[in-house]
Amino acid sequence: MNEFLRTMLFLPEQASSFAEQVDQLHYFVIITTLIASTAVGMGAIFFFWRYRRRVQDQKTPHVEPTVLIEALFVAVPLLFFVSWFVMGFKDFITLSTPPREAMDVYVMGKQWMWKFAYPQGPNSISTLRVPADRPVRLLLTSRDVIHSFYVPAFRIKQDALPGRYTQTWFTATRPGRYPVFCAEYCGLTHSGMIGEVVVLPGPEFDAWLADQQRGLADRQDAQDVRAERVEPEGSMVEQGRVLATSQGCTRCHSVDGSNHIGPTWLDLYRRRELTTEGKAVEADEPYLTESMMDPKAKVVSGFDPVMPSFRGRLSPPEVAALVEYIKSLRSDRVVLPTPRRGKL
Amino acid sequence: MEARLAHHFRAIETQRHAERLGMWLFLATEVLLFAGLFCGYTLYRYLYPETFKLASAHLDVFLGTVNTVVLISSSLTVALAHHFAHRDRSRMAGVLLFVSVLAGLAFLGVKAVEYTHKFEEGLLPGRYFHAEGLTAPGASMFFTVYFLTTGLHAFHVVVGMGVLVWIGVRAWRGEFHANHSMPVELGGLYWHLVDLVWIFLYPLLYLV
Amino acid sequence: MSTAPVPASFVPGPEDPAPGPPHYLKDGTTVRSWLLTVDHKRIAILYLVSVLVGLFLGGMFAMALRLELLTPGPTIMDALTYNRMFTLHGVTMIFLFMIPAIPAVFGNFFLPIMLGAKDVAFPKLNLLSWYVYVIGGALALWGMVHGGADTGWTFYTPYSTTTPTKVLPILLGASIIGFSSILTGLNFIVSIHTLRAPGLTWTRMPLFLWSLYGTSIIQILATPVLTLVLLLVATEAAFGFGLFDPARGGDPVMFQHLFWFYSHPAVYIMVLPAMGVISETISTFSRKNIFGYRMVAFSSLGIAFVGFFTWGHHLFVSGQSTFDAGAFGILSMFVGVFTAIKVFNWVATLYKGAISFKTPFAYICGFLYFLVFGGMTGVAVATVSLDVHWHDTYFVVAHFHFIMVGAVMMAFLAGLHYWFPKMFGKTYHEGWGLVAASLIVLGFNATFIPQFLLGNAGMPRRYYAYHESFQALNVASTAGATLLLFGFVIIAIYLVLAFRFGGPAGPNPWGSRGFEWVTASPPITENFDGEVEVTGTPYDYQEDQPSVRVTPEAE
Repeated sequence: MNEFLRTMLFLPEQASSFAEQVDQLHYFVIITTLIASTAVGMGAIFFFWRYRRRVQDQKTPHVEPTVLIEALFVAVPLLFFVSWFVMGFKDFITLSTPPREAMDVYVMGKQWMWKFAYPQGPNSISTLRVPADRPVRLLLTSRDVIHSFYVPAFRIKQDALPGRYTQTWFTATRPGRYPVFCAEYCGLTHSGMIGEVVVLPGPEFDAWLADQQRGLADRQDAQDVRAERVEPEGSMVEQGRVLATSQGCTRCHSVDGSNHIGPTWLDLYRRRELTTEGKAVEADEPYLTESMMDPKAKVVSGFDPVMPSFRGRLSPPEVAALVEYIKSLRSDRVVLPTPRRGKL
Repeated sequence: MEARLAHHFRAIETQRHAERLGMWLFLATEVLLFAGLFCGYTLYRYLYPETFKLASAHLDVFLGTVNTVVLISSSLTVALAHHFAHRDRSRMAGVLLFVSVLAGLAFLGVKAVEYTHKFEEGLLPGRYFHAEGLTAPGASMFFTVYFLTTGLHAFHVVVGMGVLVWIGVRAWRGEFHANHSMPVELGGLYWHLVDLVWIFLYPLLYLV
Repeated sequence: MSTAPVPASFVPGPEDPAPGPPHYLKDGTTVRSWLLTVDHKRIAILYLVSVLVGLFLGGMFAMALRLELLTPGPTIMDALTYNRMFTLHGVTMIFLFMIPAIPAVFGNFFLPIMLGAKDVAFPKLNLLSWYVYVIGGALALWGMVHGGADTGWTFYTPYSTTTPTKVLPILLGASIIGFSSILTGLNFIVSIHTLRAPGLTWTRMPLFLWSLYGTSIIQILATPVLTLVLLLVATEAAFGFGLFDPARGGDPVMFQHLFWFYSHPAVYIMVLPAMGVISETISTFSRKNIFGYRMVAFSSLGIAFVGFFTWGHHLFVSGQSTFDAGAFGILSMFVGVFTAIKVFNWVATLYKGAISFKTPFAYICGFLYFLVFGGMTGVAVATVSLDVHWHDTYFVVAHFHFIMVGAVMMAFLAGLHYWFPKMFGKTYHEGWGLVAASLIVLGFNATFIPQFLLGNAGMPRRYYAYHESFQALNVASTAGATLLLFGFVIIAIYLVLAFRFGGPAGPNPWGSRGFEWVTASPPITENFDGEVEVTGTPYDYQEDQPSVRVTPEAE
């Protein structure tokens, strides 16, 4: 039944856990719409015939609705619409709430391509490799204008904004290749800003990732539709470590727990801090990013507001690399950062 | 000159009611026009509270206060003008209207002085911002909002002055009396709106 | 001056033998008398000519787009031209046609007459509103000819503030046209409050006036925000002030909020007057009172009011908070209920009526079907989880074309064919009217139903090139558009012929009890030949006596 309706409605295959959920509501809404328009249409046509004009100045009775009829006219559509809202919003909350164990991938849209960066692995252009049956969280931003990351087969879409991170997540349920479109008009080659999600079975994905981490940069996948460039300098964490020195962060921030001019980075990720204005903040990705761009916004209590802004001095991938580096600095020595559930 | 009953109105009282209603509706549209800018101010103030406070300190509170007093007084003179027009003292109304126009000129003059200061100190919107000492993001945004709101307001002051000049000339020529003072009333209403917008802008930009 | 009251018969009658004052078309024949007119009817005709120019241009842009989309790759133009073309199509259709069409043409012509008045409250302001429209339109068109913007009619920042194409003339032109909309709305509200004839209580008013009242409220409250936001984009594009630029601390999404705060209520500016036309015509052609008059009137106000609080449903995937998405989602559902109420009441009006299937009625049928389908797909895209898939795809494009072309355009054509005899005193060929109506309804379905399916399949909007699997549906859509074009061409031909050579129309060829049918066809400049008094509603077809009494003024 699902397959029949899906094909009739020209919907793409359902390749994510979310797609199957969403399509159920889709069918409900569209079928109701078709029934309602047909009913109205048929009702009207019946009336045309039954009450056609027989004499030129025919008189007609004055008919007024009863309170019951008026109440039904209001209640029936309202009931349908509100129930659709409730079902839809429930699904939307699911979509807005990535699970704790989701694997992060940084996505950057720029005119006119998509770039992907894995915390534990390489960067790539246009091709996003993910494991099947494991939740993946996408952290999206844009280098220039607003883009929108759209995977029809997953039924997901999220705008990528300059200067900010937005997020979405999915669990791909079938291995395969699925197109990615840009869905927010962004200029000349908006329609050429195509990408691809390659869903690999779990073990294959792990093997691929391990390969990349070992720096086997020159291997080209013969099945690749688009060339994929792999940065050989290693993981984002490593890039972040290099940047922390080259950009001068370590002049004020230690990585060993000692407080210097600025708070220590050890165990900083998701640490609860108090600001000089008495507000409690959690040092999550947005806070860390904000501190680099606008350091005076939320200064940790006990420190002076002397940190300079790195706006314009760090590109988004570099900011992301520093964030990943900070996330890796844990005194309990877990190697891979485990992103937790939560909104950005 | 008498107030002329237009051919499509049934009574002069209805016509007056229509004119007043029309002006109030127009003032509502002006409020909505400024509302968008106030929303922008609110958003950016919320995002950059400290910076806005710091940037606001670069505005001259004394000059801002002078302007507020000038504008409020001009609203008073405009209201008085209507009072006199309604009591058959059209010439007096004309005088008061010209005084209001002068107040408007004074307002614009003070604003010109303030704007010049800003140019000199580099406190300008967006990519023209090059002030020393104010480096936090959001600083240039304060001045973007400042120039856009006060600029749009100043444009309305100019339009209002034009309206008052036109009515003032007619008043000086003795046109208005108890049965015909609508133009003074309606023009006055417009000027009061211009004043009211400033009364909101002044504390938001200068005082907090 | 005639010495007898206008005949009280509502049977379609022979030619009106009216001697006496000339009708409005003949009352002054110089160009000057037209360009400096303060007669609301002449202003309506001026608007009619202008909006039809807009419709023609917008339609040409649309055909160009559909031709380009016949193949997945380049067909007849390059990407930059295509991007400009869809921007111009949107800007022209929305600002030069859809927003003014029904209110400024039929509203201007018939609002005073339906009130029993001689003109609108501020006739000179009315003329000014037309000139403002023309100036704004000319500026926007000039911008189009000289390159034109490629941002889409929605001008999203930061693309619109950084694009190399010429945005300023179009932004300024659209801002200026906004003033025209504001002035018209202001005029209508004051007119309805102050110019109702004796006996015309609010609950006796034609529903067209209720819908215009709701429309006017939206026009005066929402349009200033559009004016402001377009000016802000223009200053930012020109001077780099950074209001929407993240590098200077700005927020590009704030633009979206300000823009849609106007642009969502704007769709109700388009659809409310259309609904008003349907109320008038459905009652006339079924010779029956409107079922649930108060509900329909109240729904017009309900749509106007609630419509202001739903704009965030255009921002579900923009990065706004989940809470906002929920708030705007539920409010959007409420607005849909008012339309449902109206549709049920209209269909129920047919019950025990005496239906005559003339050309305007064919358009009413099209309207009803398209409004239900288009409206419900609107509720569908307002369902948050579903919109994630559909946002910025052809599904949304199909939805809003169903409403704008399917509903509003059908209503415009219904009104045009209904009021043509009244406005011009001539009749048109009924047979060709039905042929054209069928072509338009068929062509419309063929154009836009494939687009729902394209959206489902995942084709985003504003795409110059597309995946080859989308081609079949695109070809179908273009074929439909060609049919639509034929329909419009046929209408243009027979209406122009009718205007020049048509047979004379009597004062009331449809046998309607609407107030406007008491006047001559075409009406005299002063509309009525005496003092007007209203004693009933425009819809009481069970009565014998007319609802409007015109007593000649004493000499």
